[in-house]
Amino acid sequence: MKYPFPVGKSDFIQGDEAIARAAILAGCRFYAGYPITPASEIFEAMALYMPLVDGVSIQMEDEIGSIAAIIGASWAGTKAMTATSGPGFSLMQENLGYAVMTETPIVVVNMMRGGPSTGQPTFPAQGDMMQAIWGTHGDHMLIVLSPSTVQETFELTIRAFNLAEKYRTPVVILGDAELAHMRERVYIPNPDEIEVVYRKLPANEEEAKLPFGDPHGDGVPPMPIFGKGYRTYVTGLTHDESGHPRTVEPEVHQKLIGRIFRKILGHKDEIISYETFELDDAEIAIVTTGIVSRSAIRAVKMLRERGVKAGLLKLNTIWPFDFGMIEELAERVRKIYVPEMNMGQLYHLVREGANGKAEVELISKIGGEVHTPMEIVKRVVG
Amino acid sequence: MMYLKSAYEIRDKYLRKDMLPTIFCPGCGIGSVLQFTLRAIDDLGLSQDEIVWVSGIGCSSRVPGFVNFDGLHTTHGRALAFATGIKLTNPDLRIIAFMGDGDSAAIGGNHLIHAIRRNLDVTVILINNFTYGMTGGQVAPTALKGLRGTTAPYGQFENPFDIAQLAVSAGANYVARWTVYNYIQGINSIKKALQKEGFSLVEFLSPCPVSFGRRNRMKTAPELIRWYQKITVPLAKAKKMKPEELEGKIVIGEFVDRDRPGLVKEYREYIKRAKKMMGWEQ
Repeated sequence: MKYPFPVGKSDFIQGDEAIARAAILAGCRFYAGYPITPASEIFEAMALYMPLVDGVSIQMEDEIGSIAAIIGASWAGTKAMTATSGPGFSLMQENLGYAVMTETPIVVVNMMRGGPSTGQPTFPAQGDMMQAIWGTHGDHMLIVLSPSTVQETFELTIRAFNLAEKYRTPVVILGDAELAHMRERVYIPNPDEIEVVYRKLPANEEEAKLPFGDPHGDGVPPMPIFGKGYRTYVTGLTHDESGHPRTVEPEVHQKLIGRIFRKILGHKDEIISYETFELDDAEIAIVTTGIVSRSAIRAVKMLRERGVKAGLLKLNTIWPFDFGMIEELAERVRKIYVPEMNMGQLYHLVREGANGKAEVELISKIGGEVHTPMEIVKRVVG
Repeated sequence: MMYLKSAYEIRDKYLRKDMLPTIFCPGCGIGSVLQFTLRAIDDLGLSQDEIVWVSGIGCSSRVPGFVNFDGLHTTHGRALAFATGIKLTNPDLRIIAFMGDGDSAAIGGNHLIHAIRRNLDVTVILINNFTYGMTGGQVAPTALKGLRGTTAPYGQFENPFDIAQLAVSAGANYVARWTVYNYIQGINSIKKALQKEGFSLVEFLSPCPVSFGRRNRMKTAPELIRWYQKITVPLAKAKKMKPEELEGKIVIGEFVDRDRPGLVKEYREYIKRAKKMMGWEQ
């Protein structure tokens, strides 16, 4: 197959462009979007590429329509994505919950900018972490990934599609305005270098009759996509294994939501990914995610030069969250610092994980500039 | 044309028996319009496996759950946006969007306008009962001035939307409006709509005695139907009437029947253009 961009070699591209190329290599053939800074370039790249790979790129009337369209596309059998930033992400919340409830594999990108409201459209922030995890109403479970470089943005986009397909779930990628517009060298692999996952389809009529059942015991039902004669009924109402609405029986709701939680949490070791830097003998731990991690790596080096045994834990997945891993970390370090570009969000997760075993301190910065390494160093050495 | 198959035959062929009875109240018109739609499908000999039913939220939006087809019961007002994704991904599928007036014209108004503007290949069957039946009788944006609902207990003070006219203006290929008692015209219109490329919409004035009628001194379906007879004017007659004579009336009939290219065809052309412009194809 011919690709509209070079593969098997490196390129110097923006984070937004990397997301678009990764999506196409991951098999995405439906993109719906609405213009918004700083995610428009993802849409523009998709608009350029999609028709060339016989895919669809369509500009919807708003972000509500965009996420709706990709859910429809996913049920029609293709991998689908939309991308936005804060205001659009807020509009998507209801249908994000619909995707959770109907177990629809989709990828939603949020290139975070300063908020609330229109805020700082061109500046990076990390203010939507809690929204990505908890934004839609009701009890729900989904996956949230968070890259820190353009290369990682590329790789996590492919991973986002694979996780969405494997677990029949929406996956959110949280980037930011800095990653969106920054150009870095990225290796764009050949398609045969990439592992690409497609959802389980029903193996037989019996499985197709239970689009929300658990025939394989892994919590992930095969997906009887439309147009194959399965006559699948999909609803956002609480439904039984066959998809029929059953809204007044507590046990039906408990079973459904329980399985949606279990299918993610039961595989959390597979889903959660992180990296460490100088953490083995560390007495001071810095826990970060996303763009701030870049400053934190430098800060760890500077602290080590000053004789402070600092180390970094960089989270590539922020939901599900490994609270146990943080507790183990808290048991062997003196203090944990959490630098983040908001008024304190990851900090609360880390503090819950630390469970009082170590002091946790927030290094908050808002306004649209990434922490400098020195700002982190100064807070640590006092 | 008469439609003489027994209703039981239609029911047994097309409904999910394990989902019956329906949620509809006595006197509700949704079942009638569903029957019209199924008779149209049956008469055209369309396969159950090539049609996807899409809906939003409301009484009429529960219909996809009762029919034995692929179905997507989505969020309030958004059915046509979901349909856009389904249709463009698999153009072989025929899409029926079963919608209510509040669902399509209030919360989903923007999706409706833009789906029509794009000429999305979809057939909308629209139940207009002037009310939000499921939530208990609040006024809908179609409610004529003076009609009562729980959120306008002293009578609607806003102007109503004319959904059929809106659809014509936005560029639909086929638009008709009937009441549930115009059943032959209704079925014929649905048949035409289902065969159309692009956007088609058939609106039905449909009785809701429980949530709407009872608050407007029309407690039963027959009373509502007699009221429809009073307020509706056939298109041919309406054309000869003055605007002031049409005040408070609802025109019924076939408003437009044209053949502009649908979204699927336009997008296929767009793909060809893209490949040509990039030098990928001659």
